[in-house]
Amino acid sequence: MKRLIAGAALALMSLTGGAMAQDYPERPIMMMVSYGAGGATDFQARIVTMTAGNEDALGMPIAIINKPGAGGRVGWNWFATQADPDGYTLAAYNVPHFIAQSIKGGVEYSADSFEPIANWGADPAVFVVATDSQFNSMEDVVAHAKENPGKLTFSGAGLFVGHHIAALQIEKAAGVKMAYIPTKGGGAAAMKAVIAGEVMGGINNLSDAFRAQEAGNVKILGVADLERSEFLPDVPTMMEQGLDVDNSSVNFRGVMVPKGTPQEVIDKLAATVPEMFKNDRVAKKMQAGGSPMHVMTRDEVIEMWAAREQTLKELLAGL
Amino acid sequence: MEFIYYFGDVFSPLSFLLLLGGTIGGLILGATPGLSPTMAVALLIPFTFQLEAVQGLILLGAAYTSTVAGGAVSAILLKIPGAPANIATTLDGHTMAKQGQGAKALQLSFLASAVGGIFGVLLLIFLTPVLAQWALAFGPSHLFWLAILGVTVIGSLDSASVVKGLLSGCIGLWLATIGFDDIMGAQRFIFHPALGGGINIIAALIGLFAIPQVLTMFAKGRRTAGAEVIEVQKHSILAAMRELFRRPRALSIGTLTGSIIGLIPGVGGQIAGLVAYDQTKKFSADKDKFGKGHSEGVIAAESANNAMVGPSLVPLLTLSIPGSPTAAVLLGGLLIHGIFPGSDLFDNHPDVAWTFINSMLIGQVLMCLFGLYVAGLAARVAQVPQSVMAAIVLALSVFGAYSVQSSMGDVYVMACLGIGMFFLERFGFSAAPLVLGLILGPIAEANFIQGGMIADATVGKASYFLTGGLNMFLIAVVLASIAYSVWMELRARRHTTKEEAMA
Repeated sequence: MKRLIAGAALALMSLTGGAMAQDYPERPIMMMVSYGAGGATDFQARIVTMTAGNEDALGMPIAIINKPGAGGRVGWNWFATQADPDGYTLAAYNVPHFIAQSIKGGVEYSADSFEPIANWGADPAVFVVATDSQFNSMEDVVAHAKENPGKLTFSGAGLFVGHHIAALQIEKAAGVKMAYIPTKGGGAAAMKAVIAGEVMGGINNLSDAFRAQEAGNVKILGVADLERSEFLPDVPTMMEQGLDVDNSSVNFRGVMVPKGTPQEVIDKLAATVPEMFKNDRVAKKMQAGGSPMHVMTRDEVIEMWAAREQTLKELLAGL
Repeated sequence: MEFIYYFGDVFSPLSFLLLLGGTIGGLILGATPGLSPTMAVALLIPFTFQLEAVQGLILLGAAYTSTVAGGAVSAILLKIPGAPANIATTLDGHTMAKQGQGAKALQLSFLASAVGGIFGVLLLIFLTPVLAQWALAFGPSHLFWLAILGVTVIGSLDSASVVKGLLSGCIGLWLATIGFDDIMGAQRFIFHPALGGGINIIAALIGLFAIPQVLTMFAKGRRTAGAEVIEVQKHSILAAMRELFRRPRALSIGTLTGSIIGLIPGVGGQIAGLVAYDQTKKFSADKDKFGKGHSEGVIAAESANNAMVGPSLVPLLTLSIPGSPTAAVLLGGLLIHGIFPGSDLFDNHPDVAWTFINSMLIGQVLMCLFGLYVAGLAARVAQVPQSVMAAIVLALSVFGAYSVQSSMGDVYVMACLGIGMFFLERFGFSAAPLVLGLILGPIAEANFIQGGMIADATVGKASYFLTGGLNMFLIAVVLASIAYSVWMELRARRHTTKEEAMA
């Protein structure tokens, strides 16, 4: 009997499936952010979704809900195991965070648990030192680290996040050992450690470092990305300074849905959402907040996730 | 004196309307269990999208100020602390409300909040550059010792016996280890997926304070058919003011402790009220009256938690580092208008900076006036029959725990902790030391690990944690605090044995 009902339900669903996707979305959509209200991811998620209700976008508003905890693991665990794959539950992703966490284990998701929709932002990691620091380039940092192996302290926002990945890459590229100090409380705590002189340097988000440099608190020595940032045209990349560091540590932020969401819904979202991100009002607000935008389509994100998984597996293998 | 020049902006019609709306709305949000100041401010951010930068910040500043004070309402009337800042308020405030002195407790708490709050904002106005240096002076080793100082308070806080206080503190410390460890990412005691993010402090607060009370009320309600009705005494505002100024010690200890502790990034807001309460108790002549509805307890706790508001913004406004979760949310509110805190704010947008700070100053006064107006009315809550009250508190508890991060897991955590606490209370344990352990555990642990890693790479653990002026000073205070507790305990024992011998 049970099987009969299930079968009937399944048949009904496949009948209505087409119609459902055509009308999608017919009610407001929820987007889960796995960090607290007021954090950079939450802040940006609210800006990029503020035009969702427009006729040329989804025609329905997107409401943000926060499920913070354990560096994002709580929210993504919930999304992978409990969210309905009906297109009305979206989530924000942070790469490399969730991929690194899934490689490290102890969570109920991997890159295969989710379907990317589009990417809105890319915040590269940068190397910062206090204004009165003796270091003026990455060369100085590496030279000091070579003379004092394991003694150069530098802060970052925890283990297995973009900052840690950048730290590992810098150490590997320069062939030196330094002391990476993970802080609790994210990038803000790591930045405070640099400004207060508790550590000799630090990895931080480009957007936060840019602000701190404007305030006259830090010097930015290098950007861990393939190209220079438009916010910091004078700061060279790591590669320009002879360190073989690619964009693996760049914090990509975007939208995804759970595996099992109907293909029609995914297609509709993948077509609309990148256009929604390109809205002028969104771009202006993001620019004002010092948040670098980087819109990518679904296909580009799929490629980026796969590439990231590859590099991170190699990088984290020894840990 | 630049700030006086911008006072006019606060009183332009729209700005003042927003200030008034933010204050009244903030008081209501703050009085709602589960809505912490951080949440309230975060909820208001989308409204500021449509406003000018100045007006948006007026709204946020007023809301921040009044939600902190509003938390006292539910703490006093319902014994549900809205945020960690209000824990100490429940200890004497709720006892007063149960004795029918709810109006007095509320009036005192709003007056003390205003005094503390205004002092804190004045510090922010006049001493910001000096304070910024102070905020930076606290590194991992200092924060570690500060947390240890908090631990030494645990034994003497709201508990008949030091041993029971320490035991409940230990339970709190253990509960704090649950979840993914923030620094290393290790998993500890995750028996259920709901615990992955650790125990949420707001959900824990509601469970530990409100639920045992609800259970007791239900238990009583069945036995006595006619619910006991508390007579709510009227209390004039003038009398409350006289009372406040008759207690200058509690007021000044609360205000100073709150201002100093509020300044320290990452620690301040949560423990300011508790530390001020404990210090006032230690210096008070009527130590025995604390916890039994003593007005000094309410005054110290509430002046401290509002005094913290101004200084807690110093690291954000000067160094662009958010020192507390609420400051992080305010940072978002500034960024959305393209304003970067730091020197840019004061040099290029002085109108925004000073109007924001002024609005917090005026907000304190408005909050106090409105609070005093509703205090008399709100105190009548105590007249609601116990069985009805229990149901209301229970509903608010579930709502509050769920709304923190829209998660049923938090509701289960709240219920389990509440039921556990109900039985612990039967054995003479109390919730305040347990919560203090829960708050201090992660601070002590994270700073020890982080400081240890820095120390290993540089000078070694011993010299990192034990040398330097600030470290030595904090260690001395820790030792003094322990010695004081031991002395008090010994004296109390000698006292009882003498009395017992007489009998």
